[in-house]
Amino acid sequence: MSWEALLAALFPAGHAVRRTGDVLAGRGVLDDIELAVIGTADHAYIGVETALALAAEVLAAMRDHPGRPILLLVDTLGQRLSRRDELLGINAYLAHLAQSLELARRRGHRLIALVYGEAVSGGFLAGGMMADLVAALPGGAVRVMGLAAMARITRIPLERLEELSRASPAFAPGVDNFYRLGGIAEIWSDDLPARLRAALARPAVDTSSRALGRERGGRRLAAEVARRVREHR
Amino acid sequence: MTRRPARHSYYEANARQRLRALLDPGSLREFLGPEARATSPHLESLDLPVAFDDGVVVGSGGLGGHAVLVAAQEGGFLGGAVGEVHGAKITGLLERALAERPRAVLLLLESGGVRLHEANAGLIAIAEILRALLALRAAGVASVGLIGGVYGCFGGMGIVACCCDALIMSEPGRLGLSGPEVIETEMGVEEFDARDRALVWRTLGGKHRYLLGEATRLVADDVAAFRGAALELLEHRRPLALETLAAEHARLEERLERYGDCRDAGEIWARLGIAQPQRLPLLDEDEFLAAAAGARRGGT
Repeated sequence: MSWEALLAALFPAGHAVRRTGDVLAGRGVLDDIELAVIGTADHAYIGVETALALAAEVLAAMRDHPGRPILLLVDTLGQRLSRRDELLGINAYLAHLAQSLELARRRGHRLIALVYGEAVSGGFLAGGMMADLVAALPGGAVRVMGLAAMARITRIPLERLEELSRASPAFAPGVDNFYRLGGIAEIWSDDLPARLRAALARPAVDTSSRALGRERGGRRLAAEVARRVREHR
Repeated sequence: MTRRPARHSYYEANARQRLRALLDPGSLREFLGPEARATSPHLESLDLPVAFDDGVVVGSGGLGGHAVLVAAQEGGFLGGAVGEVHGAKITGLLERALAERPRAVLLLLESGGVRLHEANAGLIAIAEILRALLALRAAGVASVGLIGGVYGCFGGMGIVACCCDALIMSEPGRLGLSGPEVIETEMGVEEFDARDRALVWRTLGGKHRYLLGEATRLVADDVAAFRGAALELLEHRRPLALETLAAEHARLEERLERYGDCRDAGEIWARLGIAQPQRLPLLDEDEFLAAAAGARRGGT
């Protein structure tokens, strides 16, 4: 879905979201609730400039609109792969974005992320995955890497990975797999305003991705292992 | 140039050796150690070898008499890559720290990032580590990252490193997001020649990270030097507050303005005002710190 179509579907009463380069930012209104909308468009690669621009929007929301819920729109092919970005310390820029989002949450901003396009590794990690609630459209493309690339790197035959992917969500890309692992809390397949309204109406509990992963059978061990480390005497 | 012999090389040690030498003698207590057989179900289903600790040691110990919690990634097992169990051990440790409030949490980071054999579970696990670490930061419990191992610190763990209160690196330690091999494979050797060791260390090594302000301390490749720096940094805090993040934002913005057009670390070092920047990689730690004094760009 294009970002324009998405915003039109989310905010039938209108919005004031602009696109500057790869970055989306502005205000959406749902009923009487104003939201800060922050995100990326057209499968953006996130380099140092984009990471900094996103963090600037999060800081501005905290400064100018304390407590306003933040809707993160996720469409990223991940971090930009370049020597220049590494030279400048792109990991520090993404860490800054993650810290800004964490601070926003602690200052009372609801953080809701919606994957509407691609959601790939680093860009997704420091952005959308920091939200209280991570939702995705059914057509969202969530992944670390495709099975073909994984087969190449791990030297495990593609057929074997495909076969295993039918039983386990740990390997193959896809919203359904991330849903079973607890990394995607909800799949929004229809009536987006109603979904968003319901998400905003719920208290700002941090849906534990580990608990969801266990409930849904995708990650049976994570919650238990963490508990055993916490309680080890 | 004189090089002091490293008494106990951090680079060459494994995770447990590092912890034993870093902590007060005999104080390391491991949680969910190898005897617990917490192995990766995903590697098992791929018929691949598993490690009884899934490549990470977590536990408690003393540092100069202070109670600390520790996690050390083992580069020798799949390059310290994070899978479901590996990640959950670190997250559990950070959550324990939130309840127990030790003097500090020490994270001995050595990782290529997400373990590709269980990529989806690994990515979510790193997100959970990041969240737990930031919760700890907000609660005011000190977190210190240490980087100086063979595999460096990359991928999501490179983001985690920059979220600690303080970061200690040695020269051979490397820190980044996408490793040189990944960039070379995806973008071509003309973008990043991963076999050009000098280029790799100039771009990602401890000295450059220290000059940019990401590493709080640059130490010799010696576990005792890491220990000394960790002891000095127990009080070091980066409060999670609007003012501190605004200052960090200005610092990162300035970096882009001043060095955004640089193609090589040497150009950045020259603009920092360092005389004979091409000599920096050759200097030992003391000579380097003397040359860097006054040029380093603040930061953590």
